[in-house]
Amino acid sequence: MTDLALEKTATGTVRRLSPAPFGIGVLLIVAYGVPPLVASEYLFDAILTPFLALALAGLGLNILTGYAGQVSLGSSAFMAVGAYAAYNLALRLPGLPFLLDILLAGLVAAAVGLLFGLPSLRLRGFYLAVSTLAAQFFVQWVFNKVGWFSNDSPSGIVTVPPLSVAGLPLDSSAGRYLFALGVVTAVTLAVWRLVESPTGRALVALRDHETAARVIGIPVLRVKLLAFAVSSFIIGVAGVLWAFAYLRTVEPAGFNLDRSFQILFIVIIGGLASLRGAFLGAALIVVFPLLLARLGEALLGGLFDSGVLEMSQRIVLGLLIITFLIAEPAGLTALLDRAWNRICGRFRRAG
Amino acid sequence: MPAVLSEPVVPPANGNVPSALAVEALSLSFGGVTALSDISFAVAPGEIRAVIGPNGAGKSSLLNVVSGLYRPDSGRVWLGGHSFAAVPTDRLATLGVSRTFQNLALFKGLSVLDNVAAGLSHRLRAGVLAQVIGLPAARRERAEAQAKAEELLAFLHLDDVRDRPAGTLPYGTQKRVELARALVSRPRLLLLDEPMAGMTLTEKRDLSGHIRAARDDLGATIVLIEHDIGVVMGLSDRIAVLDYGRLIADGTPDDIRNDPVVIDAYLGVAHDLEAGEGI
Ligand SMILES: Nc1ncnc2c1ncn2[C@@H]1O[C@H](COP(=O)(O)OP(=O)(O)OP(=O)(O)O)[C@@H](O)[C@H]1O
Ligand SMILES: [Mg+2]
Repeated sequence: MTDLALEKTATGTVRRLSPAPFGIGVLLIVAYGVPPLVASEYLFDAILTPFLALALAGLGLNILTGYAGQVSLGSSAFMAVGAYAAYNLALRLPGLPFLLDILLAGLVAAAVGLLFGLPSLRLRGFYLAVSTLAAQFFVQWVFNKVGWFSNDSPSGIVTVPPLSVAGLPLDSSAGRYLFALGVVTAVTLAVWRLVESPTGRALVALRDHETAARVIGIPVLRVKLLAFAVSSFIIGVAGVLWAFAYLRTVEPAGFNLDRSFQILFIVIIGGLASLRGAFLGAALIVVFPLLLARLGEALLGGLFDSGVLEMSQRIVLGLLIITFLIAEPAGLTALLDRAWNRICGRFRRAG
Repeated sequence: MPAVLSEPVVPPANGNVPSALAVEALSLSFGGVTALSDISFAVAPGEIRAVIGPNGAGKSSLLNVVSGLYRPDSGRVWLGGHSFAAVPTDRLATLGVSRTFQNLALFKGLSVLDNVAAGLSHRLRAGVLAQVIGLPAARRERAEAQAKAEELLAFLHLDDVRDRPAGTLPYGTQKRVELARALVSRPRLLLLDEPMAGMTLTEKRDLSGHIRAARDDLGATIVLIEHDIGVVMGLSDRIAVLDYGRLIADGTPDDIRNDPVVIDAYLGVAHDLEAGEGI
């Protein structure tokens, strides 16, 4: 980190704050400190908390797709597994501390992810994508068909118990947000350590040249399965946040193929193989429909009903994805980096 | 299947020294195409052995069989005292064998240092949790790998590009990084598939020096596929010549230079050679 913070210029060595550690510090202070003081319930419930859950899911998928190079269209299936596991564990093991509940739910999602990761040992690219699609449909079908998972609720929709950690009730909008933020901070830190570790390098090696990775002794099969397990664990935890911190209900329809694509888009728009990318992508995906709705109302007034909104969302999002894939495959992260470098360059010339 | 055939000992390359690599009656075909047909030869420890031959002769196929990427239809490969019908690629590094590829095979998204350090992957023992938490053992083995990688960067004059993503480097430099990644584990046997293809004359001269140093200073036995006949003659102790999957000659550079069969099949008119031209 220290050599990042030092920047050599023509005039000699100049100490400059690197954007990474400084920016993260500021961001954390703002994220923990500001919303509880100023945000409305609407801001928490409609924007901030779902943003955190989706960013976490994006982070999980990014390990698998961005770092390890394995395409998956089944992300929301693993969110569902996490959510249902946490619900059932809480229901059937009363008194289980919630943090332990989350951990176990993540492990259940990891186990299911491992199972559906097995085809990756033989398939790649398009064929692997199709096999993860099978996970998506199968998991959704199971939760629809087997009433036990939703405690035989006739509607299939179940309400989760109110959030509380170590006796501290966190059921307010701000409480649920802060809880989600805590989980996301902890998981992101662990993921950062992972991608910087030799195992993280092995994931990228696998993505960039599988044969060379095998020849130098990287245990390719083990690393691939690890990528599926870790990714599914994180996406499972994101599912728990989605159900317990955001919606406060669980139903299979909330974890459909649309959601899987949404998470994939987050990763593509944000930037593959970048931790920031998941957050940037999730921010865009959450804020963008709201902006579009405001804009549509302002321009078209009453003509802009919910049907038109949904359609225009899909069209604009589709165009956005295509634009990114063609013009900036490295996503918002790369755009931001370039902008940052330009600003720094200007300052340096001025100073 | 015959009952018990007495296992032959490792075929000696010369005298009584066991060879670093030997192949015995290797055959391999793809559909109707014969890539290798009944190939046998041995490489002595410390030797630089070139493998030459026209395009499609089976040179890369031979290295792929030796590194276990292809499974031969018949025959055996001897590596470090073990004999294999199919070499286990996963254990290749542990057996002390490294290789480079004819086409660039770097990890484009990783830095040069990480690419080279990855060449020590087979030595890592710490589990993923130990790495994430940063337990002392995990930190130590990583620091060791990085220190060894830095040594190799210095050896191949790659310090300047240490932190650059490998994919952004010029072709010749990427080839050198791949050599560093193969050498970092101090292999007993190094297999190089056209390491100089597409390089300039100066780059070729530099790389020849590095390859010789890998043998002299690091003690590696080297099997080298190369088309530039001038380089091959200057660098190698012995040369094996393949043509249509058959081994048509195997000898010292002088033997090969004057072998009428080789001249016919590959080298062409003799005076081309004296001009030192690449073919
Ligand atoms: N994976 C494969 N599938 C099908 N055919 C193959 C395969 N690998 C090699 N061959 C065939 O085997 C023959 C030998 O190929 P090989 O790549 O070993 O030649 P080479 O001597 O390395 O040639 P070059 O100098 O062009 O690299 C060729 O006819 C090639 O088409
Ligand atoms: Mg070849």
